[in-house]
Amino acid sequence: MTKSKAMLIDLSLCIGCNSCQDACKTTNKLTAGEEKTLSSTAYTALEEHDGVFVRRMCQHCVDPTCASVCPVGAFEKTPEGPVLYDESKCIGCRYCMQACPFQVPRYEWSSTYPRVQKCIFCHGRITQGLQPACAEACPTGATKFGDRDDLIREALERMKAEPTKYVNRIYGQNDVGGTSILYITSVPFEKLGFKTELQQAALPQLTWNALSKVPSVVTVGGSLLYGIWWITNRRSEVQKHEQEQREGHKGSNGNHV
Amino acid sequence: MKRFLSQLSFWKVVAGIILLAGAYSTVVRFFGGLGAATHLNDQFPWGLWIGFDVLCGVGLAAGGFTLAAIVYIFNIKRFEPIIRPTILTAFMGYVLVVVALMFDLGRPWLIWHAIIMWNPHSVMFEVAWCVMLYTSVLALEFSPVVLEKFHMDKTKRFVKKITIPLIIVGVLLSTLHQSSLGSLYLIVPEKLFALWYSPYLPVFFYVSAIAVGCAMIIFESFMSSRAFHRGLELNLLTEVARIAVMVLGVFMVMTVVDLADRKVLPLLFQARTETYFFWLEKMVGVIIPFFLLAQKKVRENETGLFWSAAMIIIGFVLNRLNISITGMEGWAGKSYFPSWMEISVTLSIVAVGFIVFGLAAKYLPLFKHEQHERPRKPEDEWIEDLRSVSQPNL
Repeated sequence: MTKSKAMLIDLSLCIGCNSCQDACKTTNKLTAGEEKTLSSTAYTALEEHDGVFVRRMCQHCVDPTCASVCPVGAFEKTPEGPVLYDESKCIGCRYCMQACPFQVPRYEWSSTYPRVQKCIFCHGRITQGLQPACAEACPTGATKFGDRDDLIREALERMKAEPTKYVNRIYGQNDVGGTSILYITSVPFEKLGFKTELQQAALPQLTWNALSKVPSVVTVGGSLLYGIWWITNRRSEVQKHEQEQREGHKGSNGNHV
Repeated sequence: MKRFLSQLSFWKVVAGIILLAGAYSTVVRFFGGLGAATHLNDQFPWGLWIGFDVLCGVGLAAGGFTLAAIVYIFNIKRFEPIIRPTILTAFMGYVLVVVALMFDLGRPWLIWHAIIMWNPHSVMFEVAWCVMLYTSVLALEFSPVVLEKFHMDKTKRFVKKITIPLIIVGVLLSTLHQSSLGSLYLIVPEKLFALWYSPYLPVFFYVSAIAVGCAMIIFESFMSSRAFHRGLELNLLTEVARIAVMVLGVFMVMTVVDLADRKVLPLLFQARTETYFFWLEKMVGVIIPFFLLAQKKVRENETGLFWSAAMIIIGFVLNRLNISITGMEGWAGKSYFPSWMEISVTLSIVAVGFIVFGLAAKYLPLFKHEQHERPRKPEDEWIEDLRSVSQPNL
């Protein structure tokens, strides 16, 4: 079995050269030109927070929310790690965008045949044994590609080697059930625009709690409704019958007299 | 009479302007994309069309399943006179939801994908199936009225035969659909403000739908009694109001228990936009109408009934808009207000709804058991004018 791949982004090593975005745009044939935020033409972007560059991109969740909410199953978590979007299935409900805990998916708002756009973790390249374009292009090693387990180990080693430098947390290790993109930093995550209060369990369970009750609502509810109808209907039939009898009785009395 | 004529043209002009603006927006939407017509963006992907047209449209159709259950399942036949217009309103509500979805979906022509590409883990998948199935069920539930008009007695007898299974399926689908609209938001525990986000959102959506279902029955009866000079089934509506009071009471207790359970009661007393909107919605839609309708003299009074029902409906709309817009703005870090084109499309859809209802009332045996005409009242005048809009060939 293929090991799940991941990327470790060490924000303390990023110099903001934008090579990752350039390489990404070239590889994925996106409109060229530097962009400071994620967009439908930028799968990744460097956001600057207090002089620190924060590389934003799809987190490639281990149990992705987008894949769970899509009504037509247009998203898929591949065994290699990437979460992929199949545009031929998409109907454009944008529930993925509404649900994504990292606010990543972007939409082609001005298109009449719009797609959802987000990083694809260079799926084609990594199945060929190559690195994603961004990791390859990074001159400082701020973005490192590898097996998820190995990268977590490495992150912990870096943090242990320089405990005063690093914040004691790997963002993405357990957040919303874990992600394939992992971050470490020397500046607290909450100062860098990270959502640090996300729950640790994967989100899809939240809706599954409700959805899994559908069969019992249908069976129990159906029987209950039928039962109530049977009782009320029977009652009115009996009433009608009794009334008829009473009237019939009166009628025959009249005939006698 | 002079006033009548001048106002008649006034309402026609208003409807005309709305429909014209709506037509323009439709062209922009489909030839320029969602971005050209709406204020939606990557931080705020769902706006007015989902928040109002879909969430409220479905909710306001709740009168249909509520009354169907009362009349057919609980066999309380005295409500029968108002069932046809109520089912029609529900059906139209759903048709309008489907129309609104055609505007909101990025690729509406691929909507059939939901039929063959299943993802049972998606609430949206459940929603899609509920919309499809319940719209069909409502069409069947309403079909006797049309069949009667065209004297298709055989078909009508067949539909009559399957009434009970149809009603049961309809109530079940409504239960699933109303609650699943709440379930949609279960996936955003961090995004939706804590006053609204609850693991019991589907239950809240369902219970509030029943309350607004009762309010809609009252509201529609008033509107149609005035617009079509029918008698008002006041005693029936008083009964419906009693059900509404019970449901509102349950809803209030549930809300407080839920807030306490999640330890967010202090949020009720913070000075922030979300809190104000939460109070507004609960006061208008739940607390005030509860205490009004709890009094017998209000329930038996036309004006009291009408305004209490109107408040429940307004509060309901506020609730759905708060959940879809107000409660999401904080996290998104961006405020959203619909563009005039979004608003014009919504208004057009509603206007078409009024027109179709008016035509149906004119040409179909909608009000089966006509009652004595009630004496005219001054406020009849403007409703009559409103009606003239929906009956262009008057």
